[in-house]
Amino acid sequence: MARITAGVGSSHVPLLGVAVDQGKTRDDYFGPIFAGYDWTKQWEEAQKPDVVILVYNDHASAFDANIIPTFAIGCGESYKSADEGWGPRPVPDVEGHADLAWHIAQSLILDEFDMTIINEMDVDHGLTVPLSMMFGTPDKWPCKVVPLAVNVVTYPVPSGNRCWALGEAIARAVDSFPEDLNVQIWGTGGMSHQLQGPRAGLLNREWDNKFLDLLEAEGDAARHIPHIEYLRETGSEGIEMVMWLIMRGALGRKVKRLHRHYHIPCSNTAIGHIVLEPAQ
Amino acid sequence: MSAATQNIHEYLAEFEDIPGTRVYTAARARKGYWINQFAMSLMKADNRERFKADEKAYMDEWKLSDEAKEALLARDYNRLLDLGGNVYFLSKLFSTDGLSFAEAVSTMTDMTFPEYREMMNKGGRSPQGNRSIKGGY
Repeated sequence: MARITAGVGSSHVPLLGVAVDQGKTRDDYFGPIFAGYDWTKQWEEAQKPDVVILVYNDHASAFDANIIPTFAIGCGESYKSADEGWGPRPVPDVEGHADLAWHIAQSLILDEFDMTIINEMDVDHGLTVPLSMMFGTPDKWPCKVVPLAVNVVTYPVPSGNRCWALGEAIARAVDSFPEDLNVQIWGTGGMSHQLQGPRAGLLNREWDNKFLDLLEAEGDAARHIPHIEYLRETGSEGIEMVMWLIMRGALGRKVKRLHRHYHIPCSNTAIGHIVLEPAQ
Repeated sequence: MSAATQNIHEYLAEFEDIPGTRVYTAARARKGYWINQFAMSLMKADNRERFKADEKAYMDEWKLSDEAKEALLARDYNRLLDLGGNVYFLSKLFSTDGLSFAEAVSTMTDMTFPEYREMMNKGGRSPQGNRSIKGGY
């Protein structure tokens, strides 16, 4: 039987991808950021997940302004790195797990989550940067990936509560997949940042760390944080953190924190990273 | 389960109380649809070349208002936000110009890029006083 064995939260700032692609990950600027992922790289080598359900948002790459799916699941065989305006990142193609993805998609729809299904798409930094942070620069990614794209750009975006409930439903769906699979779920994006307007550059170390504390804690208080609080406290793009709640919701009421890292800044953004496992 | 469903009017009204921020609401998405679709087209290398060769001619192929074309030519990103542009779409224009995300973002503030970069390296803009226009906190 398939099982969700761990959850990972991580920022997915595009500049991190640039640092990896240009071999700058140990310089003065990026060194302290990447050092916080060394533990996780070793841990992932030992864990050897078969599949990662990777919750991220598309940044106007696969989806233009025409179609705006709230929750979309990639059910394809493979995905290429998107050209975001400066050529595609030189990373391996991302291999999907179509059997598991279609199983999750069907189960979620029966569970009243009306998913959009994607057969073909390119994946942008939102998905490839977390892979680089956790796995480095292999010739081939060491696991298959089920992309789960969330609209966190056009308001209203899904509520924290809905994201958490989706995570719970994903866990039920994975549990009912007959093949033995070690599955991780990653929630990406954030933490505090604002990329627009005169308030651009807002960061909030205190709030971000309270959010990380809530994720580690027993129970589900984080699901009830309203959108306006993310907007006021963490900048207009801090709302990406609702995607971490899908990951957290999939892990159950109680978790054990294995690793945590926080660094300011990376470009316009606060970097946060956490590794959790279910504790029931 | 969740509390009672939020009223959409109340939900949207709160967004107007955040200093220096244009939340990308459905109203902005509708208004800026062609600005964003134009910007999206710059993901293709051929389109980037054609745009760079003659910006005006390339923009004439899109359903852009004169105001939008003017703001795009001037790279006036705050104006573009007012016209319904979204930063993730506009970022294709940053890339076409060879600008880093941080440098492009800094043009929307009252700082130069070096000043903005220094603020970020010192911990970013404080939320203190930047959370609410009405509340002033």
